[in-house]
Amino acid sequence: MNLERIVITGVGVAAPNGNDLKEFRHSLLNGKSGLSFTEVRHMGTWAAGLCKFDETKHQNRKMRKRGTRAGAISIYCASEALADSGIDLTARDKDRVGIYIGITEHGNVETENEIHELYQNNLDTDLWSHHHNPRTVANNAAGETSLALGITGPAYTIGAACAAGNMGLIHALQMLRLGEIDLAIAGGISESPQTFGIFAAFKAQGALGHDADATKATKPLDKSRNGIAIAEGGALYTIERYDDAIARGAKIYGEIVGYHVNSDATDFVLPNPTRQSQCMAKAMKMAGLGPDEIDIVNMHATGTNAGDVQECQAVREVFGNSKNTLINATKGFIGHAMGAAGALELAGNLPSFEDGLVHPCHNIMELDPECAIDGLVINEPVKKEVRVILNNSFGMLGINSSLIIKKV
Amino acid sequence: MTATEVRQKVLDIIADIALDDDVTTIDDGVSLREQLDLDSMDFLDIVMELKKRHKVEVPQEDYPKLATMQSCVDYLSPKFQALA
Repeated sequence: MNLERIVITGVGVAAPNGNDLKEFRHSLLNGKSGLSFTEVRHMGTWAAGLCKFDETKHQNRKMRKRGTRAGAISIYCASEALADSGIDLTARDKDRVGIYIGITEHGNVETENEIHELYQNNLDTDLWSHHHNPRTVANNAAGETSLALGITGPAYTIGAACAAGNMGLIHALQMLRLGEIDLAIAGGISESPQTFGIFAAFKAQGALGHDADATKATKPLDKSRNGIAIAEGGALYTIERYDDAIARGAKIYGEIVGYHVNSDATDFVLPNPTRQSQCMAKAMKMAGLGPDEIDIVNMHATGTNAGDVQECQAVREVFGNSKNTLINATKGFIGHAMGAAGALELAGNLPSFEDGLVHPCHNIMELDPECAIDGLVINEPVKKEVRVILNNSFGMLGINSSLIIKKV
Repeated sequence: MTATEVRQKVLDIIADIALDDDVTTIDDGVSLREQLDLDSMDFLDIVMELKKRHKVEVPQEDYPKLATMQSCVDYLSPKFQALA
């Protein structure tokens, strides 16, 4: 296997508290929440992380109406990433560009909307939209992006629950190393808050975060946490071989030096800290790095009672003796962006290579003693020279992913 | 319902589908597809909206009769009249 060096050269972000990387980073360093109250069909008012980017910046109104929110997020992030990278697609062989987008799920939003319309139309299935199929196929987000950008290489989504954001990048690396493509647009996206079903399911599970203040609806690692806030968003990256990036004089955000993906094989929803710690350790082994050489660990930390405690056990197991590692989490700011989470949270930390700051966790008023870990960054950013980030993303049915990015 | 009223109802539907086009300058005698950014899926939307908004049904074999604004008005006027 040709283990060529693989690097990130462009970033496109749609976050609940930022429409680009600069704004997102500023929000994370200055305590700006992306959570607000929204009306959820059949369920009343709940806090959620909703994005405010301009849907028609890179897509015309007709195609937006025909497509999905997931497609709109993907097209926006892909276009922003390409612009950021300085890559001129018109000068590229578009057969050699791959689009790999991590998703937790897809089709729920569109199916719910159709069923809602069906009931408005006296159950007349003749009025069921012919757009339903292209809107609900699992590859929708990647397919809409290929259509919008005229990219003719492989374009598909990767379903990996909430580990999916990392999976997009990992798959891009693998395809570049296999020589299947020369450029990847990869990461993760989510349109989840547009469906009531996910709110209802987490509520039924006793895991839907709530608070009189929308911005405090989810409090990962806090003693009073009561669940997650559903969020949407996306982060897509341009990913290239190091040599290609150097040859075109590209800005390099960082190099993917390690990763690991494994499965718990233990429970539908409860995480398994042993498998999570193994996932981190094996990613570090691939990177040839020890715990002391990891500067930031981004926790998945969703704000559920059991999940946060178990992930803290896993992080302690690996980094408990590290004197160098700082630990943060992003979901207190923006909620849980599902398939976008891993990719978005990596984007939140990537600028630390340049600005020498580690953004804090948000909404920890009283740290849960069971979540106490040395190096946890709370409330205020910490100055630190950052050379290596380990990004965790874990999902239901027990899928775990860890990704390690190194400053070049 | 007058032909002008039928035309307006069709125009309202097209305006909601061809969102990026100027529908105020449509030449009634020229193919809609030549003037607007419409594809086959858009024509299915037009048919769907006729049924949804006005309970006017257009069988598949009659889709070619929606080619121009004038042919739309000629074909749909009796259907609207029948529903009046």
